[in-house]
Amino acid sequence: MKSIAAAILLASLIVGPLAAQVDRTKAPALGPAPALHLPALRTVTLPNGLTLAVVEMHKVPVVEVQVLVDAGTARDPVDVPGLAAFTANMLTQGAGTRGALALADEVAYLGAQLTAVSDFDAVTVRLHVPSRHLESALDLLADVLLRPQFADSEITRQRGLLATTILQQRDQPVAMASIAFPAIVLGPGHPYGHPTAGNDSTPPKLTHDRVVSFYQTSYRPNATKILVVGDITLAQAQRLFTARLGAWPRGAVTPFPHGKAPAPASRSFYLIDKPGAAQSVIRIGEPGVARSTPDYATIQVLNTILGGAFTSRLNQNLRETHGYTYGASSGFAARRLPGFFVAAASVVTAKTDSSLIEFMKELRRIRDDSVPQAELDKAKQYLTLQLPGAFETTGGAAARFRDVLVYNLPLNWYERFGPAVNAVTAAQVQRAARRYIDPDHFAIVVVGDRALIEAGIKALNEGPIVYRTMWGQPAQ
Amino acid sequence: MLPRLSWLMIFAVTPLAAQGLRVPYDSFTLANGLQVLVAPDHAVPVVTVNIWYHVGSGDEKPGRTGFAHLFEHIMFMGSQHVRTGEFDKLLEAAGGDNNGSTTEDRTNYFEDAPSNALPLMLWLDSDRQGFLLPEIDSAKVDLQRGVVQNERRQSYENQPYGLAQENILQRLYPPDHPYHWPVIGSMADLSAATLEDVRNFFRTYYTPNNSTMVIGGDVDTAAARALARKYFGDIPRGPAVTRTPPPAFGLDSNRVATIDDRVQVPRVYNAWHTVKAFAPDDAALDIVATILATGRASRLYRVLVYEKQIASNVVAFQDGSRIDGKFEVFSTARPGHNLPELQRVIDDQVRLLADSGPTVRELERAQNSIEADFLNAMERMGSFGGKADRLNFYNYYVGTPDYFQPDLERYRRVTAADVQRAARTYLRDAHRVVLSVVPQGKPELAVKEAP
Repeated sequence: MKSIAAAILLASLIVGPLAAQVDRTKAPALGPAPALHLPALRTVTLPNGLTLAVVEMHKVPVVEVQVLVDAGTARDPVDVPGLAAFTANMLTQGAGTRGALALADEVAYLGAQLTAVSDFDAVTVRLHVPSRHLESALDLLADVLLRPQFADSEITRQRGLLATTILQQRDQPVAMASIAFPAIVLGPGHPYGHPTAGNDSTPPKLTHDRVVSFYQTSYRPNATKILVVGDITLAQAQRLFTARLGAWPRGAVTPFPHGKAPAPASRSFYLIDKPGAAQSVIRIGEPGVARSTPDYATIQVLNTILGGAFTSRLNQNLRETHGYTYGASSGFAARRLPGFFVAAASVVTAKTDSSLIEFMKELRRIRDDSVPQAELDKAKQYLTLQLPGAFETTGGAAARFRDVLVYNLPLNWYERFGPAVNAVTAAQVQRAARRYIDPDHFAIVVVGDRALIEAGIKALNEGPIVYRTMWGQPAQ
Repeated sequence: MLPRLSWLMIFAVTPLAAQGLRVPYDSFTLANGLQVLVAPDHAVPVVTVNIWYHVGSGDEKPGRTGFAHLFEHIMFMGSQHVRTGEFDKLLEAAGGDNNGSTTEDRTNYFEDAPSNALPLMLWLDSDRQGFLLPEIDSAKVDLQRGVVQNERRQSYENQPYGLAQENILQRLYPPDHPYHWPVIGSMADLSAATLEDVRNFFRTYYTPNNSTMVIGGDVDTAAARALARKYFGDIPRGPAVTRTPPPAFGLDSNRVATIDDRVQVPRVYNAWHTVKAFAPDDAALDIVATILATGRASRLYRVLVYEKQIASNVVAFQDGSRIDGKFEVFSTARPGHNLPELQRVIDDQVRLLADSGPTVRELERAQNSIEADFLNAMERMGSFGGKADRLNFYNYYVGTPDYFQPDLERYRRVTAADVQRAARTYLRDAHRVVLSVVPQGKPELAVKEAP
């Protein structure tokens, strides 16, 4: 160390005349952070009940459109998990007068991207296109939304591809953990308890009739909101979308499904064997909160301290202090219905038990001890000061505003978020931790090489071990 | 590219505009050789600092593969005036984010933060450029070694097909070629790295004269210039970096190999030696890849996935780096199908494109998609692949930072004859690596001999 310091000192003596006086011993004091000026979200409702929400951003001549249909995976029928996602995918496999390949050809020719995917609370049909091709691309979007072909040959083809995708999930320990965890915590009957793609039983059940029937009952203008962000005005959007979607007939909308997680069991380990795995994939958590929770801002602060940022406790401990992992994190899946809380990491197999000890230590500490003021301030500043940058691109702004639409938040929600975060106290964080993070009832899911990790987990003496499949079902 | 954090990953190839793509900037060089580019853009009150060190895994010594990337991690472990852990904490408290990544050719670092945080960002970055070593000891090297070895486990060893690329590189490039090994390196070499290696690497490569810095976003040029001089001006110049270009090489026969993996279905890779980034045929090869396998309208997708339904996916890309390039096609079988079935289609379609060229529609479609990618990339200043990072990229690869429009024009100039010639010249039958990755115990699914 000494010789290095001497070398640096010596080197610094030969610096040229440009060397300026700089005090490196302390971080420079910063001026006030720039004020938050968010682009405005303005909405209009068409006569058929379709909500149109527009954010004008004219910096780059592109437009991002997200059609948000209340036809998501939570609405999967009990006997066909995965139907919502498959139906969404089928929208782009031929529509209007174009078959699947001709549609793909035209989309690419326009320099556009057009996809349809389902998550639990909504289907998103997304179009991103240079604004000079907007009208042609919107014609394709309207075909996809209103005139999908659902050809038998395409359904058969996509069913086969889905079967391969589901088969290949066995190769991916992270996918296995992500499928098993909600099934165990929320139960397979819960609207959020099964994977969006479905399971092994799904592909044969994806018949033409089931797809058409799901589409006809779920895709309604009065169950749809369209977010348009970019080089466009509200008046222009209203004209373009009215011309294409104005005649879409309104229809009955079935209520969003109910779902209640089972009363949580006492803390248990759920071990999913993956022989030869180089790492153990860990998921720790329990049922959580809905997006509408009044504690939302507090929970964001809590999670930023615990596992939502690089310097949060879980990552600092498991990665930066111990080197057990490439990254540890946590999050609340706050959705229309209460989702779950989860803490997660992929850790080296030999340190599976040690990693679990550190996870439990941090998950207990956040409840037991009040958060120091500096750590609280850092988390609040990180959450609020990052907001302006999140709205730089059309995609970034859309990612934020879609929550306002899907979760029926006030249009000025992001203006209110900063003050709400700034008002959060250490006492509120601790109260939220004690309420929403309950180590006595954790489900601890580990996907890894059972022969190498089981004894270490048992020796932790933190709870019984049960064996599960990647679907969360009891294993043989 | 290996980013420091797993949840930030992408490098969009590129970005359109009828009236021309421009990213205005000012350039100046400090006395110590640090080139600084300032690109004001006041769309949002955010500023980015993006530094490229002109060193990558291609500069590693034998027995030390993976070292450039390990070093990237060590750059976040504190420096003489920034205690370990403070780099990230101070930035997050200012509302900032940061990351770094390593390729064969270079190592880049960025911080994105509200514009008032610029002095903090420059203080942090200058301290680790000028004063890293006093804070780094063996324990810190050991710690990041552990993190990087877990990155290798998470992103390669515990991923299906995750070891395919290193198996291709070692067969495609000769042992003394800088691209013979993967950026992540081997576990053994990562274990062997020492504190002394860190010191030598820092003194050789982490110098102002071997780096360039872009300050982009909500910043005034004069203020940025003054701050850059204040924080970086007294860092001493380092030795000039010299490199011997690797000897020319080519594959004069097929290298056919099979590895097994814990996978349900087999996958076949084809890799050809092509040309480096921005070489005359580089753009044509990008378009060859787009026509072959980008999107459902592409040739290989249509035949393999759509018509014959023997594969679940197909990917093709030209990967031009600074001193060399390769072209890859890979495709994953559907259950019940073997790799020779897939390989026959790949061979037929590559040959067809080489024999007959693309249709007008195919060429225009590819060019339009690429042009849109250029336009989309103009939306963002910071992060990986943002405008600041692209200024550094063009500056290092072609010597002209604002090369957005000329780069787009490379693709616009490609003709059907160029596409045909590129396919015929580079994607030749007996000059490639053919790697089969098969499920354990199923060697019969592999491609066994030269096609």
